[in-house]
Amino acid sequence: MSAKRLRPAAWGVVVLLAVLLPFFFNAYRVGQFTQAAALAIAVLGLNLLVGYSGQISLGHGAFFALGAYASAISITDLGVPYLLTLPIAGAVCALAGFLLGLPALRLRGLYLALVTLGVAIATPQIIKRADGLTGGTQGMSLDKITAPAWSGLADDQWLYFVTLAVAALMFVVAGFLVRGRVGRALVAIRDNEIAARTMGVDLARFKIGVFAVSAMYAGVGGALFTISIGFLAPESFPLALSFAFLAAIVVGGLATIGGALFGALFIEFVPVYAADVDEALAGVIYGGVLILFMYLLPGGVMGLVRRISSTKATPRGTDDAQAGAGHRLGGGAADAGAARERVRAQ
Amino acid sequence: MDRFIQVLVDGWATGSLYGALAVAVVLIYRATGIVNFAQGELAMFSTFIAWGLMQAGLPLGLAVLATLALSFVGGMLIERVIIRPVEGGEVLTLVIVTLGLYILVNSLAGWIWGFGNRAFPSLFGDGSFDVAGAAVPYESIGIVVVLIALVAILFAVFQRTKVGLAMRAVAMNPESSRLHGISVGRTLMIGWGVAALVGALAGVLIAPRLFLDVNFMGAVLIYSFAAATLGGFDSPLGALIGGWIVGIAEGLAGTYVDFIGSDLKILVPLTVILVVLLIRPTGLFGSAEVARA
Repeated sequence: MSAKRLRPAAWGVVVLLAVLLPFFFNAYRVGQFTQAAALAIAVLGLNLLVGYSGQISLGHGAFFALGAYASAISITDLGVPYLLTLPIAGAVCALAGFLLGLPALRLRGLYLALVTLGVAIATPQIIKRADGLTGGTQGMSLDKITAPAWSGLADDQWLYFVTLAVAALMFVVAGFLVRGRVGRALVAIRDNEIAARTMGVDLARFKIGVFAVSAMYAGVGGALFTISIGFLAPESFPLALSFAFLAAIVVGGLATIGGALFGALFIEFVPVYAADVDEALAGVIYGGVLILFMYLLPGGVMGLVRRISSTKATPRGTDDAQAGAGHRLGGGAADAGAARERVRAQ
Repeated sequence: MDRFIQVLVDGWATGSLYGALAVAVVLIYRATGIVNFAQGELAMFSTFIAWGLMQAGLPLGLAVLATLALSFVGGMLIERVIIRPVEGGEVLTLVIVTLGLYILVNSLAGWIWGFGNRAFPSLFGDGSFDVAGAAVPYESIGIVVVLIALVAILFAVFQRTKVGLAMRAVAMNPESSRLHGISVGRTLMIGWGVAALVGALAGVLIAPRLFLDVNFMGAVLIYSFAAATLGGFDSPLGALIGGWIVGIAEGLAGTYVDFIGSDLKILVPLTVILVVLLIRPTGLFGSAEVARA
């Protein structure tokens, strides 16, 4: 089977597994898978920004939080039906992403990382301060969503399928985005900004655009996550959350779509099992994994999957162009990094 | 008026501490072009070592000296083992690796020492004296003096010694330095060692003002990034002065701007970083970088 046919087949298996899943696990586990699906949306959004366009954000926990609160406030204060709050959360975050994208235009690499890190650190404080809206440190509770009678599903299964459907839609949209003109433009910006501009890529439009889209994904993910948990407080969105998102895209594979699934499952379930051993173990694993993956597996899990499938399916890797996208970033020193020589004017 | 002077003095001392960590960040940036996101956590880890040594019966002064030495060695090891393989790589790779180090060190400390907080004694005692009606703690003066001395020593090392010359050469052009017989790897290791030592010093000076726990450097890090950004990322003196400005601005904003109060002080460094980067990206004392495509 060629790699071309392997990809739809693999996605088919993933979708089949995802649909069958809630019928084999208890409500608690199904809730965790729901949260993983919600996280996957946010992780995918971050990967669009970091993996594809090369803009570093250490602060996606802030958009996740913003989406969560936009949804929760719409539900409790305005009485908006649960699912209609998703577009609201998405729109609010897209706007916020657009606004943060404006200064990001002038901030490259490290500096953007610094600013977004600051945003992530400030987030819980700002939520606490805006206690009129957010309930401050008390947090807000949401009633659990109930399944409509016609569906014949339990509440947790219903929410799982809703989240899964939204996630599937977001994945398909992202897939079309990155495989087309937009994706090529983003990768061109990442690999060589000057060359991209020469080829007629409108840098400002794409960089701000991808920031807004990425924030929108994080916001929708945050809204679904919170609906599933049923409670949110400033402490739900610590700096560690932003770091977890970053760990997720590295584990799944930078500049991949499917990697978000692996990454989200990783950050949903590793803390659950690690906490049995020690409260600190999850962090040790996150940190260790971030470093080790950059050395050993810069393409993440998806990079590994592609390498295996392309060596088996196509002996002389015709699929290398795609597999290469992930490796590029990590393997760094050889190409773009070296081409841009640093000279100090002193 | 008393209150105003009090705020100024406190801000100056706090700012010196931000400056101290900023100096550590700047040292590594100068040497390797890497912003070490783990700098604060390494300082936290060092401070815990000092605390552990004191628990083992060492007097404070001796514990701090031993900690500085251990941190120097630790910094060199980290450069050799963790950073060397990705040195010269892309920004994204470097950011991810140092963030990995951040999370790893933070969690390891939590694993070893737990997440509770502890009091840490000050090197300068608890006394204070009066200046124009404001009580100035000896600690504040001590911190400022130590930091000025530190920057002076670093300046002397960079400008007057062979090691310092080698470090400047490696920062400017590793290839040419190697051709001139400088061991680039060893020089970078020393750079990381010195940075870890300076960070450890910052840690033991900051800990008495806050409580020692695994996250106590988290917020300090963003203030020192603000200090380094304001001073210019490649200037130790700039980092110190940047720290002073940020510290005093934080104190004034927290005291006199009702909207900010004590909750939203964190917005001060964030604003400083954004404004400086957008208006004058090289900071006050930094040198411009020219990119060749």
